[in-house]
Amino acid sequence: MKRAFHAAVLAALTLGLPGAALADTIKVGVVAPYSGPFAIYGKQFQEAIETYVAQHGTTAGEHEIEFIYKDVGGPNPDQARSLAQELLIRDQVDYLAGFTFTPNALAIAPLIEQSQTPTVIFNAATSSINRESDFYLRTSYTLWQVSAPLAEWAYDQGMRSVAITVTDYGPGIDAENAFKAAFEAKGGEVVDTIRMPLSTTDFTPFIQRVRDAAPDAVFTFLPGGPPTFTYTKTFNENGLAEAGITFLGTAETEEVNLQGLGDAAIGLTTAYHYSGAHESEANDAFKAKLTELFPDAVANWASVGAYDGTHLIYQMVAAAGSDGPAAVEAALGLEWESPRGPVTMDPETRTVVQNVYIREVERDAETGLLINAEKGVIATVGDLGWDK
Amino acid sequence: MTLLLNILVDGIAYGMILFMIAVGLSVTMGLMRVVNLAHGGFALLGGTFAHWLGSDLGWPFWLALPLAVLGTVALSMPLERLIYRRVYGFTDLQQVLATIGLTFLMIASVNLWQGSSLLTVPLPEGLKASVDLGFRTLPVHRLVVIAFGAAVVVGLWLLLDRTRFGIRLRAAVDNRGTASAHGINTDRIFMLAFALGAGLAALGGVLGAEILPIDAYYPLRYMVLFLIVVAVGGMGSIPGSLLAALGLGLLETATRYLVPDYATIAFFALVIALLTVRPNGLMGKIA
Repeated sequence: MKRAFHAAVLAALTLGLPGAALADTIKVGVVAPYSGPFAIYGKQFQEAIETYVAQHGTTAGEHEIEFIYKDVGGPNPDQARSLAQELLIRDQVDYLAGFTFTPNALAIAPLIEQSQTPTVIFNAATSSINRESDFYLRTSYTLWQVSAPLAEWAYDQGMRSVAITVTDYGPGIDAENAFKAAFEAKGGEVVDTIRMPLSTTDFTPFIQRVRDAAPDAVFTFLPGGPPTFTYTKTFNENGLAEAGITFLGTAETEEVNLQGLGDAAIGLTTAYHYSGAHESEANDAFKAKLTELFPDAVANWASVGAYDGTHLIYQMVAAAGSDGPAAVEAALGLEWESPRGPVTMDPETRTVVQNVYIREVERDAETGLLINAEKGVIATVGDLGWDK
Repeated sequence: MTLLLNILVDGIAYGMILFMIAVGLSVTMGLMRVVNLAHGGFALLGGTFAHWLGSDLGWPFWLALPLAVLGTVALSMPLERLIYRRVYGFTDLQQVLATIGLTFLMIASVNLWQGSSLLTVPLPEGLKASVDLGFRTLPVHRLVVIAFGAAVVVGLWLLLDRTRFGIRLRAAVDNRGTASAHGINTDRIFMLAFALGAGLAALGGVLGAEILPIDAYYPLRYMVLFLIVVAVGGMGSIPGSLLAALGLGLLETATRYLVPDYATIAFFALVIALLTVRPNGLMGKIA
């Protein structure tokens, strides 16, 4: 009796399955930190995705799209791998997305190779990731992409000597190599290279050393939040700007923490692919919808990476549904107008080709808020670190 | 020569900030013998109040600072009465678990209230300026921290060594039963001492915020730093904490000037060496 009942349930389940599949929902698994010190990334990603969905609906082509969010906590490759596995096997997702940290993105390469799952990286910025699998597509940037053009721009502005201070970890060293190679290739001189320990709390010694060396500029790379706050404060308090040393950076003045930096940030020069103050219809529409849905939200590079990543997923789903290799094929060479400006998915590096903007922090006369005002543009830069 | 002066000036300024954020822990963990990993949590609460008063409500810094400290003290007393009073009797490991749990609660509360971005405390113009030392400049707020640090050292020494409260506290810590039998209200003494530790944590959190900026994860980010200062100084020794903070500040600053790439390794290697030779810290009492 019991066995017969089990058999009946089993039969019902088996019969039920094809019916469920007819609904054709394409699932996208988003792996990002939603708790802990890096929770802001998950929040930025999710808000951007929901903004895109609110603008474009839940269907792409003939398919419904559904997002499943998984919390990876922080830089944790093992956890990223097991979450990706769970998404692929239990939730049967057709696309993966998210990935704030390089080690997390790298850890899933064998999985997506095997399951042929297109994976859209919203943030992780180390060039080498995309070499590990043909299924990686990146809608953020790479450190070479922004650091090298900055070095060339600095030389063209007449700066001949630069000191480099980077935080001593993967992205910092990438930024150092990129800047140094590009600046020296132009004929500039790097007078001092300092790798600052990740745990640094007081930057005075490094900054004082730079001041004593008296270069034309100091190029720096710092993790966002507290280190950037302390570094820029110390930079100002020790009078480097008055001594004629220009601050050159990349992500340091990103929008979420920019107001917290206060007046100390005014005048800082950075090269980056997205400024919240970028003037275009696409950016205005994006920011308007974002703040309509989430009044406290601030658009920064993480939100725009996720927003463009969602756009890319919609395009792939419309073109190829759940066929992984065909979806990647459809994505290569795709061009669209992003809130950051025009972008193209590079068929070779699978990282977006985009404009890099030279910005300076200013106080907006109307709102009284600090903004990254765009002062110059280096058009259509690809991933310069691809063959390094 | 300039390098040496630079190391000296920056080392002392940084060391005083270390002292200010760790001295409260020296009171709760050192004197009261409770492994208080939630120390950074009280510094975070102080910093968050100061941010709220100074940034959101726009109150002047010199008003926000004492109110933030008082607010933290006011919160710490019921916490002591309801939670810490039970924690005193725990074993070391249980104390660690209980207080780290409390830390997570504080982090989550601040996260809910103010979000996870930087919580800056606006300084008055006078503190933002820099003073010319002849061979270089130094921000005024660092001088203010040095002055506060010196005041706290003297104040605590007077309080603990020269007042009735100090005598009663030391008696209550050494033998609670006997102290009670002599008519000392040990419950009250403990609550006041704990509030003192929390208040010092808040003071250090606000004053040190220029170098160790406040955000919701502050307690975890700097926990090792607080613990090192107290461990190297010796549990319960205020002069020990001062000596340790200044020594560590000078040491870390010197390694950053001279061998920046190896600064962290050099710093921790020397701390390990010191604790091997003197397990109870520089001025620790024999346990």
